[in-house]
Amino acid sequence: MPATTGSRTRPAGPTGLRNLTHHTLFWPVVALVALLVANTIFSPDFLSVSILDGHLFGAPIDILRNSAPLLLVSLGMTLVIATRGIDLSVGAVVAIAGALSLSFIATAPDPGAVSTVIIAIAIALGLCLVLGIWNGFLVSVVGIQPIIATLILMTAGRGVAMLITEGQITTVTSAPFKTLGAGFWLGLPAAALIAYGVYLIVALITRRSALGMLVEAVGINPSASRLAGVRARTIVWTVFALSGLFSGLAGLILASNVMAADANNAGLFIELDAILAVVIGGTSLQGGKFSLSGTLVGVLIITTLTLTVTIVGISPLVTPLFKALVVIAVTLLQSPRVRDKLAARARQRAARPEEVAA
Amino acid sequence: MARKMWMRGTIAAVSAAAMLALGACSSEPASEESGGSESAEGSGGDELISIGFSQVGAESGWRAANTQSIQDTLTEENGFDLSFSDAQQKQENQIQALRSYIQQGVDVLAFSPVVETGWDAVLEEAKTAGIPVILTDRAVDSEDETLYESFIGSDFVLEGEMAGEWAVEQYDGEGYKMVELQGTTGSAPAIDRKEGFGTAIEGSDIEVIDSQTGNFTRTEGKQVMEGFLQKYDDIDLVFAHNDDMGLGAIEAIEAAGMTPGEDIKIITIDAVKDGMQALADGKINYIVECNPLLGPDLAEVAQKVVAGEEVEKRIVVEDLAFDQEAAVEALPDRQY
Repeated sequence: MPATTGSRTRPAGPTGLRNLTHHTLFWPVVALVALLVANTIFSPDFLSVSILDGHLFGAPIDILRNSAPLLLVSLGMTLVIATRGIDLSVGAVVAIAGALSLSFIATAPDPGAVSTVIIAIAIALGLCLVLGIWNGFLVSVVGIQPIIATLILMTAGRGVAMLITEGQITTVTSAPFKTLGAGFWLGLPAAALIAYGVYLIVALITRRSALGMLVEAVGINPSASRLAGVRARTIVWTVFALSGLFSGLAGLILASNVMAADANNAGLFIELDAILAVVIGGTSLQGGKFSLSGTLVGVLIITTLTLTVTIVGISPLVTPLFKALVVIAVTLLQSPRVRDKLAARARQRAARPEEVAA
Repeated sequence: MARKMWMRGTIAAVSAAAMLALGACSSEPASEESGGSESAEGSGGDELISIGFSQVGAESGWRAANTQSIQDTLTEENGFDLSFSDAQQKQENQIQALRSYIQQGVDVLAFSPVVETGWDAVLEEAKTAGIPVILTDRAVDSEDETLYESFIGSDFVLEGEMAGEWAVEQYDGEGYKMVELQGTTGSAPAIDRKEGFGTAIEGSDIEVIDSQTGNFTRTEGKQVMEGFLQKYDDIDLVFAHNDDMGLGAIEAIEAAGMTPGEDIKIITIDAVKDGMQALADGKINYIVECNPLLGPDLAEVAQKVVAGEEVEKRIVVEDLAFDQEAAVEALPDRQY
């Protein structure tokens, strides 16, 4: 679908083109398409999808599946950021969810039973919801700044996860649990169906009801929205609780993907990836207006970028640099100020060449 | 040179005396302990040897087994008073832990350095305080070898060579195409295992078509392998720098509808329990062990050092290797 966006620019007239290039999502989508094109150059059948053992198989399917955990985490993060908050604890919550569910399954008498798996998932999600509510409590009731409030759980959470796994990497064999992260429903990866399903539900609720507007109102001006009758406290509390719940779901998918709970490395730095995805998507860290479709594009860019490193064969030594360059390029192109300066420079170049102090 | 050494010796002696004096006028146990480390040269009697150990973290099953071995061996019954700390894979935590052990005046310092460089300052402090240092599992990259007494650990280059030699023995002449899953970029095991394997397969017709880091974790091992499987359709062999990445690769290969161990052969290093299980199940073809049970060696060296005996600068832990049949036999008695 993104591929058509690029070709649509040509038939449109000059004003149409201008409107399109000024759309907040134009440059992120261009970046995503560029990454896909780069992959296709290095691996010609990159975009081809075949049917294998009754399900779809191919790089796009891998991207969909691997983007599921980040999408869930970023979804919660978008809502939290929209209320002027930030949730640094998501990575720790991911680790706790994986540790708790796998430890429960490992000690259960019948690890392969569907009931065991459902209970494990319920316990893990329940705890993660509680952790989210705890964050929300600290922020909305106690009034601690979000970055500090969630820093507490970010630091403590991995310790909790280590406590649950006793410092080991817990491994289990349980077919029903494996379905969650590595299985397929209706030919599509179960993980992707869950994550994109949750995404659609949240998008519908926030955009079809007044909830999205209320969240934005709280982000733009908490006091004014409270005076206007918006229950700011409840809204902030809710978004943190949701962030915890979604992170827990992401943790379950990650643990199920490799059937191992690694308290140290599961979801490590996922909070940074999620913030990045939100920012690439055009949601301001200052709160207020948020864009769920932007977050989706951001998530897809980050997931594709990871695969690109392997496909294009970037040396591991320069991988972080390569990723940083792509991110800088996208954010710079997105910035109206930089774009205006570039345009101004292009106009002035004929008259008198001038240094741009960017 | 000799003059410099003499100077350093004097400074060390003066500072040690200062430390002792400080210890004496602070709390009782501290003065007793620093006194112990001074007089240990001759006696080494039947009092407990206090040892401060700073572990890298708990990042893998291997590390957990390593920690277990050290905690089980350095017990009071065996004559040790162990202080253990976990650095959570951060060098600054480790340096902090070492400093606090130096201040407590332990008899012996032992640690597995997170990274190879940046240890000179804290090791100088230990030397000045007259506390011998033993390295386990990983080495430090320091020009001054007098900063530590001994380095106990596996030879990572040799492990890579053992893996490579087996690959050549089994698969040479069949034109195998191989991909490599490297460990954390810049870490000693990743550099050395890559080098050892590369040397061993030189001259054979095994061709390394790609190499990428999987950061020693399952999740990244799986992701990188998925990428490789998209990029190439003729992979015959995977060499993973540890079991966890190999296990991730198995997941990716199975998801691509192929049979790991048959359609694509897998060689890994470490031999942790999950890896051995996969080997016994026929999903991995060969594992070179990286022995985590360093506790007994550490205990022996610590006792010798405290008693003032000579110890070897480099103690290589013997590593075994397993093919599928050996794994089936070894699995029931496996401790880790």
